[in-house]
Amino acid sequence: MSRRSITIVGASLAGLRAAESLRRQEFDGQIVLIGDEPHAPYDRPPLSKQYLAGSWNEERLALTKPEKLAEFELDFRLGVRATAFDLASRRLTLDGADDIEVDGLLIATGARCRTLPGTDNLDGVFVLRGLDDATALRAALDAGPSRVVVVGAGFIGAEVAATSRQRKIEVSLIEALPQPLGRVLGDEMGAVCADVHREHGVDLRTGVGVEAIEGDGRVERVRLSDGSIIEADVVVVGIGVIPNTEWLEGSGLTIDNGVVCDATCLAAPGVTAAGDVARWPNQRFDEVMRVEHWDNAVEQGGHAARRLLQSDDEAEPFTPVPWFWSDQYDRKIQLAGRIRPDDDMSIVTGSVEERRFAALYGRAGKLVGVLGFNRPRHVMQYKTLIQEGASYADALAADL
Amino acid sequence: MFALSHVARRHCHLARKVTHMKIVVDYDLCESNAICMQIAPDLFEVRDDDFLYVLNEEPGEDRRGALEECVQRCPKQAIAIAE
Repeated sequence: MSRRSITIVGASLAGLRAAESLRRQEFDGQIVLIGDEPHAPYDRPPLSKQYLAGSWNEERLALTKPEKLAEFELDFRLGVRATAFDLASRRLTLDGADDIEVDGLLIATGARCRTLPGTDNLDGVFVLRGLDDATALRAALDAGPSRVVVVGAGFIGAEVAATSRQRKIEVSLIEALPQPLGRVLGDEMGAVCADVHREHGVDLRTGVGVEAIEGDGRVERVRLSDGSIIEADVVVVGIGVIPNTEWLEGSGLTIDNGVVCDATCLAAPGVTAAGDVARWPNQRFDEVMRVEHWDNAVEQGGHAARRLLQSDDEAEPFTPVPWFWSDQYDRKIQLAGRIRPDDDMSIVTGSVEERRFAALYGRAGKLVGVLGFNRPRHVMQYKTLIQEGASYADALAADL
Repeated sequence: MFALSHVARRHCHLARKVTHMKIVVDYDLCESNAICMQIAPDLFEVRDDDFLYVLNEEPGEDRRGALEECVQRCPKQAIAIAE
């Protein structure tokens, strides 16, 4: 399908990789890449690790070299926010710039952090999503706080806790569920994550909510639902994200916890979505999903870009095996697949005691996931088996 | 302006095809996530010592697509192609 131009809204990982992918497909038309942040595209995973630890500077976060960007000949608009889109007229409204009439449109506006109500005007309360967030939090850690309270022991919270401990800062980690990541990994593996935190000196409190974050102008203490109080001068809130779709209200696109797409990432004729903002039926798992992982942004960015160049007949469904990693302390945790707490689970190599193992997850006789603690080779080999549709029994019997 | 530069890029792409690709890994960046091994097990292997080994440093042109995918999907951007 021939297009004269493609406009990509969102200049982070999914948007940038989409643009690169278009040029690799020999797409000759104009590519407009619009990003609301003033920074050139940067990589987010190091924000909670090397950047927060102070070992990396901003330059090292760059997602691409300037000469590479130049080679791709993008019409690059940084610091410009898309505020509305109308599908019928294909008009894209920008803040502080003229409207654009788009031909192909790829939506990659990502997601933003949930916040705790009543904390907007309190200094010392942070979220971590973008470079500016990380810079502000890093400065707060540089100031030598007596204690950091991290609300939410998901992956971001766990990594902030780990990096803060690495910086010898006292940390309390608060999790409402009985185990960290229990909803993702199940309670048994969640308990292993809990042990790892405690072994590294984190004051981990589970099964308890945050009642209030208090202070006079700046945070002084966190009041928990069990009545206990933790004194803190820094609070980091990591309680999940909300897809950035408000600007698409009334656009004619279907919005429901993300931009709703078909199995090929198409949201409407000539409109696709990718990354944290996209929700689509992944036929491999027979599940409508929205995936917030780094690798998905890369893969889906490429898929959604190619989709804009294909006819309906040529289009292929996007059926990845989701995969992510999280570095905490000296452990690399990787998960591939789509697991649920009530799946069958079995450790196939290593042991929980040595904190180095791979665990397989099965459902209805099928291999659906693999979790690794410092077992990258195994995770990838079992990920291939998931992709090949292996049975749980065959995976357990495979000698990898 | 556009037309000219696009010709240049195409030309560049054609020129590339007769040169040899060489895999360059920055081992200071590599954290053995092993995604490259999943994409191209004939080129990359993470062994049980958790280190990455390049199995074939100069793959044929038929592996360019897979190798480019490895470059893009390496979470540490530790893989590059030298020509």
